[in-house]
Amino acid sequence: MPYKHIEISMGPQHPSTHGVLQLKVTADNEVVLNVEPVIGYLHRGMEKLWEHRTYPQIVPLTDRLDYLGAILNNLAYVLAVEKLAGIEVPKRAQYIRVILAELQRVASHLAWIGFNANDIGAMSVLLYGFIEREGLLDLFEEYCGARLTVHGLRIGGVPHDLTPKVCELIRGVVTSVPRRLADIEALLSENRIWKHRTVGIGRIAPAEAIQYGLTGPALRAAGVRWDIRKNIPYSSYEDFDFDVPLGTHSDVYDRYLVRMAEMRQSLRIITQALDRLPAGEVRAKVPRLLKIPPGEVFLSVEAAKGELGFYIKSNGTDKPERVKMKAPSFINMQCFEKMCQGHLIADLVAILGSLDIVLGEIDK
Amino acid sequence: MSRELFIFEGLIPLLKAAAVCIYLMIMVIIMVWLERRVVGWLQGRLGPNRVGFQGVLQPIADTVKLLFKENIMQKQADWLLFNIAPIIVLVSALLPFCFIPLGDSIPFKNYTFTFWVAESPVGLLLILGLSSLSVFALVFGGWGSNSKYPLLGGLRAVIQILSYEIPIGLAMLAVIFYSQSLNMVDIVQKQAVTGWNIGKWPLIVPFVIFWICAVAETNRAPFDLPEAESELVAGFHTEYSGIKFAFFFMAEYTHMVLASSLAVVLFFGGWLAPFSQVKALAWLHPFPGAGVFWYFFKIMCFLYLYIWIRGTFPRYRFDELIKLAWKWMVPLALLNIFIVALVRLHS
Amino acid sequence: MTIDHPALQAVLDALAARFNDRLLETRFEKGELSVRVARGDLRPVLAFLRDEQGFNALNDIIGLDNANAPVAGRPRFSVLYQFYKFPDALRLRVVTDAAEDEPLPSITGLYKSADWAEREIFDMFGLRFEGHPGLTRIYLGDDFKGYPLRKEFPLAGE
Repeated sequence: MPYKHIEISMGPQHPSTHGVLQLKVTADNEVVLNVEPVIGYLHRGMEKLWEHRTYPQIVPLTDRLDYLGAILNNLAYVLAVEKLAGIEVPKRAQYIRVILAELQRVASHLAWIGFNANDIGAMSVLLYGFIEREGLLDLFEEYCGARLTVHGLRIGGVPHDLTPKVCELIRGVVTSVPRRLADIEALLSENRIWKHRTVGIGRIAPAEAIQYGLTGPALRAAGVRWDIRKNIPYSSYEDFDFDVPLGTHSDVYDRYLVRMAEMRQSLRIITQALDRLPAGEVRAKVPRLLKIPPGEVFLSVEAAKGELGFYIKSNGTDKPERVKMKAPSFINMQCFEKMCQGHLIADLVAILGSLDIVLGEIDK
Repeated sequence: MSRELFIFEGLIPLLKAAAVCIYLMIMVIIMVWLERRVVGWLQGRLGPNRVGFQGVLQPIADTVKLLFKENIMQKQADWLLFNIAPIIVLVSALLPFCFIPLGDSIPFKNYTFTFWVAESPVGLLLILGLSSLSVFALVFGGWGSNSKYPLLGGLRAVIQILSYEIPIGLAMLAVIFYSQSLNMVDIVQKQAVTGWNIGKWPLIVPFVIFWICAVAETNRAPFDLPEAESELVAGFHTEYSGIKFAFFFMAEYTHMVLASSLAVVLFFGGWLAPFSQVKALAWLHPFPGAGVFWYFFKIMCFLYLYIWIRGTFPRYRFDELIKLAWKWMVPLALLNIFIVALVRLHS
Repeated sequence: MTIDHPALQAVLDALAARFNDRLLETRFEKGELSVRVARGDLRPVLAFLRDEQGFNALNDIIGLDNANAPVAGRPRFSVLYQFYKFPDALRLRVVTDAAEDEPLPSITGLYKSADWAEREIFDMFGLRFEGHPGLTRIYLGDDFKGYPLRKEFPLAGE
């Protein structure tokens, strides 16, 4: 009887693929030989839909892309539209956008650590992360009325100013999240079992990572200093003082450390923005029927998962000719097979978690 | 046959066996409730507290639900292996309790009522052997399901249990050096004279080895890869539904109680109160038969420890798990046998 | 052509020096430089940009259907390649055109991140890429008929 490799299909329904993702794994007993991701289970035809909606109508639709980091999607889109239309956003609105974006980044990373740790077996960390996330979601609900798909930005600014209650909630979050992060780090960072499961797993060389188009915390864990907030600043990020945490070994453990450090840096930015909030309008004057003369623009921001880009081509009407979204998880997912070479099936879940993908933005 | 013979040698042991089974089922119910509440508290949430007072009827609700579920068995499964696996696993968990002393004995006029079902000069060996039968159940369940996930889970479970049998046996061997007997009752009675075994310094490391291996043997976190939810859906019992699934679960909890009982009997004095050799503290064991309460209290401590560990640590990857057994547990246990033997030689 | 960005001006000059009349069109709007080339010149231009100009990251490949705004003499579809240069933070866009049945050269040999992006364009527009290791649909099922992002495909599906 010839010896055959075992073929396992993980997904699309599986407790630890984050969303509807199918992984066709070919394994030799336990060692993974190759992995073929099959995507498209969450494809909703967003790009086609956007061609039939006006520019402001598209903003709430972008929430549904990376649904764990909605404000960041909004930000990428409205910045692209504003660049195309030549709209100048007031300074106060830019600072509020920064605060909201960084809060969303913290919320997204808290969800990430919860899921990643849960997949590796530390179930309690899932709930610790989500307890803090609840505070952040309550904050968003207070500000824009929704917890997850927030529609928290508008073309030209933000919907309304920060109320005193929201500022108080933000200050509360800025004090409580670091304490919870310290708890989680005490449970995981020096834990022998955690290190066994994450150190040396899922490596990718920096040059190869750039070739594959990897962006975001995974690339920074490989040691490449690439953060759009620093390299091509947008929305007044150049006014703030923050570090870009880098890793050295490009394994799952370093990605964990990089994201934990990023959360702390985000809180730093929020504190600075809140302290130095300039006076002024929170929304630029934008015509009700926004018609943009023909042109095209490509703009990207640093989302929680990586570089999120929008290409918009306008044709003089109030609806865009073409909107294309460059999703970080779409590109990052291509490295997944490379990272999994030679590892065991149990490592697959750890590596997938460390890549931090969201099917909403992969599948559009 | 005299009436006394019938009652004392026939009826009462039979009733005791039935009582032990009922006791274990009650322990399973308590454990289900305790686990869900304690793991919930560890995670900052409440756990089920609606059904009955503080949720104590929750396990009953779960059992009733499982009883009413459809018993699915896929066509390609092997009928005999698939169905016999849950039975074997539960029986192999219940049988060792024949030899475990749950308390001391109560002397009556012409009969001594003992809190154990049977006493054998090779009790410990029989316990080890009977509980190892559960490996068959895992193999039958994994292979008989004729499906990839259970197969992988079953293979892993078998390798894990076989690997951890050896250090657990060696750790128990250290205790036997002190007790000079494999009879469980003797082991406890020797501790009545010399104090709990854990108080003797050469037996501390065997206890640690024993405990780690016990957690691994019972497939509990952090060694629960064979049933890891996030990696293999549910491992070797993926394809089981309804009451058969419940059997596997009951067997897991019963194994936990077994491991805790062994830890208590071998290292922590069984039914003895602390410092039982000190006359001044004899009031801690006021009447014959009070040992049951001490035994029960001690195993609850160990069962809580099981749950505490579960809620804290991430899961070991499989190859790390096996490396831990062969590279650390076995050499450490062997070294310890040496040391214990030397110490006993000189004393 | 002179543009108001010294670093991009240097790139443009190098491109013009190497390929001069094969650069069909150059545009600089809103701080973004975009260069149009013919299909056949795509691979040499991109190889030049990667190896000698240092554009080591491919951000995205974007497909465009110009059916609603046709330009005389130009085929229906455009494919845009968006590049980025580490660590100088320079962006560049290369545009090429293709008609419905004209295959484009695949650049998976130059940039590994082109793999899924080209599959997506095939899935949505029906443009083929020669030399792609496995050109199949990526979002829609393999038996799907039609190419959704073409302008004639109705919004609610067929």
